[in-house]
Amino acid sequence: MLRRIFASVLSWTYLVLVYAFIFLPVAVLVLFSFQDGRLPVPPFNGFSLQWYGAVFADRKLMAALGNSMVVALVSSVVSVLLGFLAAYALARYKLPGSALQRGLLIAPMTVSYLIIALGLLSLMNALHIPLSLMTVGIGHVVINLPLCFAIIYASMGDHHINIERAARDLGANDFKVMALVTAPMLMPSILAAFFLSITFSWDEFIIAFLLSRFDVTLPVEIWSLLRSGLNPKTNAIGSLVFLASVAVLLILELSLFGRTKKQ
Amino acid sequence: MADTALTSATALEDADRRKAWGFVAPALLWTVAFFVVPFAFMAAMSLWRREGRDIVHAWNFDNYIRFFSENALFRGLVNSLEITVIVTVISVLLAYPLAWIIAERVPKRLQRMALILAILPFWTSYVVRSYSWLLVLSKNGVINQMFMTIGLISEPLELASTRTATVIGFVHFFVMLLTLTIYSNLIQLSPNYRRAAADLGANAFQTFWHVVLPLTLPGIMTGAFLTFVLCIGDYVTPQILGGNNELVLPQIIMLQLGRRADFPMAAALSIVLMLAVTVAYLACARWLKIERA
Repeated sequence: MLRRIFASVLSWTYLVLVYAFIFLPVAVLVLFSFQDGRLPVPPFNGFSLQWYGAVFADRKLMAALGNSMVVALVSSVVSVLLGFLAAYALARYKLPGSALQRGLLIAPMTVSYLIIALGLLSLMNALHIPLSLMTVGIGHVVINLPLCFAIIYASMGDHHINIERAARDLGANDFKVMALVTAPMLMPSILAAFFLSITFSWDEFIIAFLLSRFDVTLPVEIWSLLRSGLNPKTNAIGSLVFLASVAVLLILELSLFGRTKKQ
Repeated sequence: MADTALTSATALEDADRRKAWGFVAPALLWTVAFFVVPFAFMAAMSLWRREGRDIVHAWNFDNYIRFFSENALFRGLVNSLEITVIVTVISVLLAYPLAWIIAERVPKRLQRMALILAILPFWTSYVVRSYSWLLVLSKNGVINQMFMTIGLISEPLELASTRTATVIGFVHFFVMLLTLTIYSNLIQLSPNYRRAAADLGANAFQTFWHVVLPLTLPGIMTGAFLTFVLCIGDYVTPQILGGNNELVLPQIIMLQLGRRADFPMAAALSIVLMLAVTVAYLACARWLKIERA
């Protein structure tokens, strides 16, 4: 009995300690984003929203925010679309070398972002293609396409084939089958792939850093903010990004979890 | 069923196959054009040489020879490997008990909540997460101020810009990741195994060591491999938290690019990085089930 209580106390203490470790930096970040003073470190001088004001007044940060949103949205749409078409073809048709094709499509997942970025950068340089948001987006599709393909391919169950066949027998052409039958059936995984891509692209640093020049994304702009040292404005923008990401996570969780419950 | 599918398919086969190629072609082309070709180009470039502002198509192994003979460069690989191994081991040791407690001690209806909480800081901006550790570890940061207030130390400790800071930043990130992979392995374990072990006279520790641990090894190895790959290839955390004291391979790659515009050397270092990951993959391949997603 005593040993039971001891083990239980021990595990709850451990749980609390690890959670404290996990939340410590985030808590400090958010707390000192309200710092009334120039330094985001103790002592806490009092509550102020001035740094949030400074963030919204910063035109470069706001432009970077807009760039990040555009890149994340466009590259995720492209990744999901290409991933879906490839998954459909490889799951529904017998193509020669399909194992090789799957391997090729997944391959970028196993290579670190720095190497993908460096390869693209060298090629763009050699071909004299100027760096822009477009090149960043191309890189983001490279890292997100494997993910979208894998998620959607894994959910292409055989039991869907008969439903598609029925639709075809009723006179639907391939695009109608895909758009009106297959895609709606796979919507949970398509949405999961889409939202995961968005969060990855939105937060990606090294590809955006190496493949952009003038139109930078938010992580790159935050990176250049860091050069000016510790600063409550960085805390404020960091807290805002955290809030936005948690909101997306909640939407994903609620919408997809609600869906699986209904089924 | 297969027969009817075959007979009706023969007439359409060619048209169907052409259509299927059309569907898969865009993704394949994208991957080839923006992943395979750049990678091959980079591999070729690692055999070239930078001279002044130009890149000479020299075709030799000079960059690799220089890497192994120049201590400042080779040291980067050693630092990378040391930090990655330390981080992976600490992360597994911290995450396993956490995953176990969530799976075994936390009531079922709260487990999902507990997991979401555990990975919540995942969703801060990646760059900001490292920066936020700086607020905790810097000279006038939270830890030093706290220790000075309670009189534990009189001089602030040099915590930031050290290897320790890099390790803390990485461990923070990977504990969350590993908790997820190990937890999903633990809850798939049928309780019957443990009941059987208990029936056969094993005590709690023996059950864990001989039954539970070996059965969760695939989850541990998958998580550990992911940790290894992401950790050894990362530039942001060592740059922000480690400073310029003990450079890791990605930092040296970025230095070759930024300060020296030495693309061939950066390419060679990247190939070395790739090889390190490949060796790690082969080392844990028997446990990894990544490809059957």
